[in-house]
Formats: sequence, structure tokens, C-alpha cells
Amino acid sequence: MMHGQLFVFMFLMWVLIIIGGAIAVIILGPISISGFGEFDPLVNSIVKGTIAIGLSIAWILILTKMKNLIFRKTFNY
Amino acid sequence: MHKKGHVMIARPGGISIISGIIASEIILYAFLQMNEILAVMITTFLAFAIGYVDDRKGMGGWFKPVALALAALPIIFLGAYDSDLAFPLFGEVHIPILYLALIIFMIVITGNTINSIDVLNGVASGFMVIASFSLSITLFILHNYEIAIISLPLGFVSLAFYKYHKFPCTIFPGDSGALTLGAMYGAIAIVGQVEVIAAIALLPAILNSFLFLASVKKIVDHRELNEKPVELTDNFKLKATNNKKARVSLVRLIVANTPLTEKEVGNVIFKLALFTAGLAIITAFMMEFKV
Repeated sequence: MMHGQLFVFMFLMWVLIIIGGAIAVIILGPISISGFGEFDPLVNSIVKGTIAIGLSIAWILILTKMKNLIFRKTFNY
Repeated sequence: MHKKGHVMIARPGGISIISGIIASEIILYAFLQMNEILAVMITTFLAFAIGYVDDRKGMGGWFKPVALALAALPIIFLGAYDSDLAFPLFGEVHIPILYLALIIFMIVITGNTINSIDVLNGVASGFMVIASFSLSITLFILHNYEIAIISLPLGFVSLAFYKYHKFPCTIFPGDSGALTLGAMYGAIAIVGQVEVIAAIALLPAILNSFLFLASVKKIVDHRELNEKPVELTDNFKLKATNNKKARVSLVRLIVANTPLTEKEVGNVIFKLALFTAGLAIITAFMMEFKV
């Protein structure tokens, strides 16, 4: 039973990666900020980096919720 | 540790692993003359050196992540990367500056995740056999033939090492071996532009690291933790501890309901690795299609 839950959890991690990729390409990729002259690439990277870190944190939080949901009975979190 | 009686086991096996990898890659470099081979070789060797220092001196929890970040620098200095990050179905994102951080992050993560899964006989090397060969297959699927060939020594060296590392093992890879395998895997993912696919094939090890960090809530070497996640039964099976202070790990989850032998736990981890290797190969086919 526990092993089945591990496979389910692994599959959900994969689905989250695919969804994260979609968000990165559709939302994060097209972002372009101008008006800072030669610093445009740097500003763009900082903005995209900040959003990417936010998305990563969201990914970890979702994963934590899923982990608690799937494995709660095992460890009585 | 989980065996009857006292058994002498050689360690660290990282020296044999790095010897096999460097010898193979030098021969490939003689034929292909690619910067990517140099980048993979130097990064892998630096990771081995970091692990060897840790094997000998037993450094603190922060040493390996910080030092592995430095080991990633040759990939950047040799320009052996492409700053487009490819995702399945949706295409690529161009992140020139951000990608430099990703290179460093990738080597740190892959090195440490393989090290963290090196908990039972044969698991790290056996897991790396499955993950690295699946990575080679995905590189062939994506027509990246030269990097696919460069990646093959990782799988074959892991396979050769597994022969002696499998239960009951006669050699331990040590941090030098685990970091060597993990860093080379990460370096191939970067030079082959298959970062996302590589992460998918590594999911069981990533899950193990995630469970560790989620339960311990800080970066610390596992040797610094007193409470063990699993205990040994009288008949030499592993069972999950009832100690709520002990960290959660992949092995603890696997033996949560039923005590298993070390070999049985290893087999469950290999089944998980095969499952995620399958997902990685499916993802490689998905790379060919755009929504």
C-alpha cells in the first residue's frame, strides 16, 4: 500500500513539473522589461529570477501539502 | 551496518569510480575534441575531490553545497552550455543570466541528492545505473548523439561499481563516489540541455532530499543527526522508527507498514527509479511536440 502511494506521489511530482514548465514558457518567458538601457538584460533576469523563485516556493508548498495528504496516516503529522 | 557479524568493507570507492570515468572521457576527448567533455571531466573531478576531503575530514553540512557550487564553474568558464531551458510540450525559455545560477544549482542538487540516497548497499550505484542510462536514451531520442556518447561512461562505470556495491557489498562509494556520480549526472544534463528530463529521472532521490529537508528544516549532514529514521529488527530487517523526532526518509516510508530486508528496500527504490526513468523517456518524446 505504502509503495503504491510512493508511485502516486512520484507521478504527481512529474505532473507538477510539466505544469511548472507551461507556466515558465507561457508566462515567464515572454516577460520583457525595457527602459533601463544597457541594464535591461540584468533587470529582466532579476524580475524573472524573482518570479522563478516564487514559483519554486509554490511548488515546494504544494508538494508539502500533497506529502501530508498522502502520507498523513503513516506518520500522524 | 545491517549485517550479521563484523564485516570488513573497503572505502572510499570514489577513487575507482573517478578513475573509470576520467579514463573513458579522455579517450572520448581524443576522438571528439569537445569542450563539453572537458567541462564534464573537470566538474566531475572537482566533485570527487570535495567528496574525498569530506570522506577524510568529515566536514560540516554546508561544506558540500558551497564547494559543489564552485565545482560547477568550469562548465560556465568553458561555455559548455546553452542558456535556453527546454520544457516538454511548451518549448523553451531564454534566460541568459538566470541560467548561470541554474548551472550552479543543478550541480549542487544532483551531487547532494545522490549522496543522500547512498544509505543502503548498492542503492546509489544501482539507482545511478537506471537514471544515467535513461538519460542517455533521452539524449539519443533528442538526436543529441555526441552528448549521449559522452554520458555512457557514467552508466557503465556505475554498473561496474554496482557489481561490488550491491548487497552484500564489499565496497562503499563514500562521499567521493556519490558526489562524483551526482555531479557528472548534473554536468551531462547541462551540456546536453536535458535539465528537466534529468530532474525527472532523479525524482526518487529528490523526494528523499525533500523529505529530509522538510522534516529536519535545515541544511545539515545526516551524520550530525542522532535519531535514526529506521531500526534493525532481530531478524535483520529494517523497520520504521516510532521516534517522532527522527527525520523522514524514503527508506522510512518504504518500511513504514512492513519491515523489509535491506535487499528488498533496495529493490523497491529500483522500481521507483525505473518508473521515473520511464517518465523521463516519455518526457523526451513530449519534447518533440509543441502545443
